[in-house]
Amino acid sequence: LSPQMWQVGKRQASRAFSLYANIDILRPYFDVEPVQVRARLLESMIPVKMINFPQKIAGELYGPLMLVFTLVAILLHGMKTSDTIIREGTLMGTAIGTCFGYWLGVSSFMYFLAYLCNAQITMVQMLSLLGYGLFGHCITLFVTYNIHFHSLFYVFWLVVGGLSTLRMVAVLVSRTVGHTQRLILCGTLAALHMLFLLYLHFAYHKVVEGILDTLEGPNMPPFQRVARDIPVVSNAVLNTTAKTIALTL
Amino acid sequence: FPGLADVSISQDIPVEGEITVPVGSHSPDEDYSTLDEPVKDTIMRDLKAVGKKFVHVMYPRKSSALLRDWDLWGPLVLCVSLALMLQGGSADSKDDGGPQFAEVFVIIWFGAVVITLNSKLLGGTISFFQSLCVLGYCVMPLTVAMLVCRLVLLAGAGTVSFIIRLIVVGAMFGWSTLASTAFLADSQPPNRKALVVYPIFLFYFVISWMILTFTPQ
Repeated sequence: LSPQMWQVGKRQASRAFSLYANIDILRPYFDVEPVQVRARLLESMIPVKMINFPQKIAGELYGPLMLVFTLVAILLHGMKTSDTIIREGTLMGTAIGTCFGYWLGVSSFMYFLAYLCNAQITMVQMLSLLGYGLFGHCITLFVTYNIHFHSLFYVFWLVVGGLSTLRMVAVLVSRTVGHTQRLILCGTLAALHMLFLLYLHFAYHKVVEGILDTLEGPNMPPFQRVARDIPVVSNAVLNTTAKTIALTL
Repeated sequence: FPGLADVSISQDIPVEGEITVPVGSHSPDEDYSTLDEPVKDTIMRDLKAVGKKFVHVMYPRKSSALLRDWDLWGPLVLCVSLALMLQGGSADSKDDGGPQFAEVFVIIWFGAVVITLNSKLLGGTISFFQSLCVLGYCVMPLTVAMLVCRLVLLAGAGTVSFIIRLIVVGAMFGWSTLASTAFLADSQPPNRKALVVYPIFLFYFVISWMILTFTPQ
């Protein structure tokens, strides 16, 4: 009996040791100081001017991870204030899945594209770059989930979202050679990043009935309540655009 | 080793002695003695330990009792009671708009594991289960807040009740965060305390948000 127990014990110990070793692999990516994190957060909104020289990207995972969790918290608040009804699933699961899916999925996709376009960037650097780019999303959503004006959201979307996208794009451009490759990489990243912010706003948007009723022009259909359906989201976007055009006429 | 240069052993003195070390006979005796004691004694000892830890959370002082003998009974009881109280607060009857039991349970334990991993990766000296123990015990003020919210909601659900609930939940959230940082931040290098405190803040913020937005059917 005892040799068998020894075998079981040894197997468990080696499994526990390999788990510990896996944690230690991530340790260098968490080696940051608070001032560094703050500096990188502010830098993520400032586009660089020098794109002929490869810009340095810090391969750090603490800041991006905390930003993703903050985005999850903000998204939960937005979903709750908009009374979103999730049919199959839970609010928490949806929020976590959306944010982590975006961060990991788009990073992997951009890394694959960067590999195709011969850009000088590693996976950890891509994760870090995209993660810090979510800082702009956090600010925008935090403000616009509480103050519900479409024009305010568009301004924030263009300015704040645009600044963080410009920073990411400039850093990527500085690490790629060739016009076509630069265009492919930057176009894809800019499109995905800006569209994600648009999706996060409109998918969990509060119906502001009273204000829109008084402001709508003639023969405008009422704003549709959105519940995680893509055609309804585009319907909502068309509605708002039509309303704003009607207002200006 | 220069100090040992002049040590010499003469050839004709044999080096001998007993190589077996006598096994300390205390531990088997202790095992047998706790095995033979009445069940009431065992339960009371564990309950006293849990109660002492609750007192440590209520008055967070820098003591090592919470850290030294960690146990997960208290966190389990708190988590289960919080999840039971948060269940069933949904807007419609057909769809689940409010958090269900499994969701709250998973959030608390998954969040605690993530914070523990984060503090370990940042160079913390505390062990995995010690950190889980501290984070679980510091959910107690929020459980008290949930109880108070439920009682206030029995009286009515207007603006006044919302303000009362906001104040109570806010105060308990601050208490939880302060209590857990009093224990956890000490195990970090001094200039990185803010990096460990922020995820704890976010964790208790999400739990407080779930408590504050709870509306019973």
